[in-house]
Amino acid sequence: MTAAWAIALLILSPLAAAALVFAFPRCGRWLALGTVAVVGGASVQLTWKVLTDGVQIHRVGGWGPPLGIDLRADGLSVLMLLITALIGLAVSLYAQRYFAAHESERPLPVNPDVAASRLSAAILDKDSVRRSAETPLRFKSPTRELVRGDRNPALHRERYFWPLFLFLWTALNALFLSADIFNLYVTLELLGFAAVTLVALAGKRAALTAALRYLFVSLTASLFYLLGVGLVYGQCATVDLASLAAKAQPGPALWVALALMTGGLIAKAALFPLHFWLPPAHANAPAPVSALLSALVVKGSFYILLRLWIEAFPALMTPPVAQLFGLLGAAAILWGSVNALVQSRLKLLIAYSTVAQLGYLFLLFPLAATPEGGFTAWSGGLIFLGAHACAKTAMFLTAGNILHAAGHDRIQDLDGMTHVLPVSVFAFGLAGMSLIGLPPSSGFAGKWLLLNAALAQGQWWWVAVMLLGSLLAAAYVARVLAHAFTRVEEPRKPHPIAPVMEWTALALALLAVGLGFASHGLAELLRVGAPVAGAMLLGGAAP
Amino acid sequence: MPDADHRIYLLAGVALFAIGFYSLLVQTHLLRRVMALNVMGSGVFLVYIALGAQTPGPIPDPVPQAMVLTGIVVSVCATGLALALADRVQAATGRVELGDHEDAADLPDASPAPSEHHKGTPSA
Repeated sequence: MTAAWAIALLILSPLAAAALVFAFPRCGRWLALGTVAVVGGASVQLTWKVLTDGVQIHRVGGWGPPLGIDLRADGLSVLMLLITALIGLAVSLYAQRYFAAHESERPLPVNPDVAASRLSAAILDKDSVRRSAETPLRFKSPTRELVRGDRNPALHRERYFWPLFLFLWTALNALFLSADIFNLYVTLELLGFAAVTLVALAGKRAALTAALRYLFVSLTASLFYLLGVGLVYGQCATVDLASLAAKAQPGPALWVALALMTGGLIAKAALFPLHFWLPPAHANAPAPVSALLSALVVKGSFYILLRLWIEAFPALMTPPVAQLFGLLGAAAILWGSVNALVQSRLKLLIAYSTVAQLGYLFLLFPLAATPEGGFTAWSGGLIFLGAHACAKTAMFLTAGNILHAAGHDRIQDLDGMTHVLPVSVFAFGLAGMSLIGLPPSSGFAGKWLLLNAALAQGQWWWVAVMLLGSLLAAAYVARVLAHAFTRVEEPRKPHPIAPVMEWTALALALLAVGLGFASHGLAELLRVGAPVAGAMLLGGAAP
Repeated sequence: MPDADHRIYLLAGVALFAIGFYSLLVQTHLLRRVMALNVMGSGVFLVYIALGAQTPGPIPDPVPQAMVLTGIVVSVCATGLALALADRVQAATGRVELGDHEDAADLPDASPAPSEHHKGTPSA
C-alpha cells in the first residue's frame, strides 16, 4: 500500500462506511468495526512511511496548488491520526453495548402540547407564538414523527450514533491531513456539525439546549476563522500552509486576519475565557460522545492553531503573543481545576477537568517559540495531548458505566462504588494518575518535558502554574476516589453492565499510563517535519 | 490594495459581518440568531468576492469565488442543522430561546419531563 492509498483510505473509508450505515442501519456496529480495521491499518502504514521516507504529500487529482487540494502527512499529523484511531477503536467497542444497555431508559421527553408551537410563526409576532404554544397540535414535522414513531429511543439513538460517529471520524482524519487553511475551514465545519448532532443525540432537554448553544458558538467561530482566511488570501495570495511562511509580511491586515482566526479557534478549542459552552455540551452527551468530544474534537481546533502560529506565521509569533497564549492557558488550568473541584456531578467534574487540561496545551506556545528547548516543549505538549486523549476517554467511559450501574453520577453518593464496579474505578484511578502527572504515566512524560523547557528558558512562572494545576488535579481526582472507596454496610444492587464497557475503559487508562514509556519513540515521530528545532532536554536542565 | 470601487464592497462585507455578530449577541430568539449567522456569512462572502476583484486585469481571481461557493454550501447545511435543532429545542422546552443556566445542572438521569413552568410564554 502506497502512502497515497493510505491517505485516501483514511478519509474515504469512514466516509463510505457512514453512507453505508444510512443504507443498512442494522449493520452500523459491524461497519464501524470494519472501519476501525481499515483506518487503523492505513494509519500504521502511513506512520511507517513518514518515519522512513519523511513528509508525505498527496496531490488530490494531480492538480497541485493553487487550484488543487493537497493532503499532507508529517509527524504531527500522523500522531493525531494514530490517537484518533485509538480512541475510535475504544469508542467503537464501548458503543457496541452502551446503547443497548440504556434501552430501559425513559422515552424522549417530547410534549405534544408544547410541540405544537411553530418556530417560524414567531419571527414577526411574538404574540402568535404565545397563542400557538397553548393550542393543540396543528402541524406535524417529520422529525417529531420520527421521535414519536420510534418505540425504542435507545435503538433509535444507536441507529444515528454510528453514521454520525463515522462522519466525525472522516472530518478529523481530513482535518489532520489538510495542507491549506481553507480546507481546514471545511473540515472544521464538518467536525462541528457531526459533534453538535452527536450531543443532541442524547435527546434530553438539557442535551438539546447544550447542542444548540454549541452549534451557535461553533458557527460563529467558524465565520470568524473564514473571514480571517479571506484576509490572509488577500494579503498572501495563497492558502497553502507551507508557502504562507515565505509570503507573510507582518502588517496590520495580517494581524487582523490572524486575530480573527485565532479568536474563532480559541472559542472552538474552549480555551478560557471562551470555554462556557463546553461543560454543558460534554456533560450532557452520551458517554461515548463525551469521550470523543473531550479527547478529539477540541484538539482539532488546537491543532489548527499550532499549524497557524508555529508553522505558517512564525514571524508573527512575537514574545507578547506567545505570553498571551500562555497566560490564557494558565488561567484555564486554574479556573477549570477549581471549578472541577466544586462540581457535584461526576460528568461535569470531568468536563471542567478538560477545560483545565486544555490549558496545558496552550503553554506550548510560549515554550516552543524559543529555539532553546523549543522541540522539548513541542514534543512535551503533544505527548501531553495524547495522554489527555486516552485518560479523558477512559474517564468519560467510566462515568458512563457508573451512571448506568448506579443510575446517577452524584459524586457524594458514589460510596461503595469499588464493590460494584471494581474495574471501572481502577480505570478511573489510573486515568486520574495520568491527569495529575504521576510518574511513569504519559501525563507525567508530557509535563516533565514542558517543565524542562520552561526551566531551560527561565520561564519559571509556567512551572509554578503547572505544579499548582497538578495539585488541584490530584485534589479533584482524589475527591471522587475517596467517595468511591468508602466502605458501605450493604453494597447496592447495581444494574448489570457488559464487561466490554468496563475493560475498554481500563485498556485506555492503562494506555494513558503506558504511553509514558513510548515517549521517546513519539518524540522521534514528531521530529519528522517539525516546525521547531532544538535538542531534546531530558532532565538536569534545572538552573 | 483594492481601488475605491472594490473597497466599498469590502467595507460593506465587513459591516454586514459586524451587524450580524451584533444581532447574534443581543437577540435571544432562536430564529433571529440563525438569521444573524446568515447575515454574518453573507458579509464574509462579500469580503471574499471583493478581494477576488483586486487583480490587475479585467478578469477577477477565480479562487475566492470557488471558496465562496464552498462556503455557501456549508452555510446552507449549517442553517438546516440549526433550524432542525431549534425546532427540537422548542419541542422539548416550549421556548424559542436558550435558557441561561438551567442546562448545566440538568444532567441525564435527573432531567424531569418538561414541566408546566417551561411551557410558559416565550417572552423576550
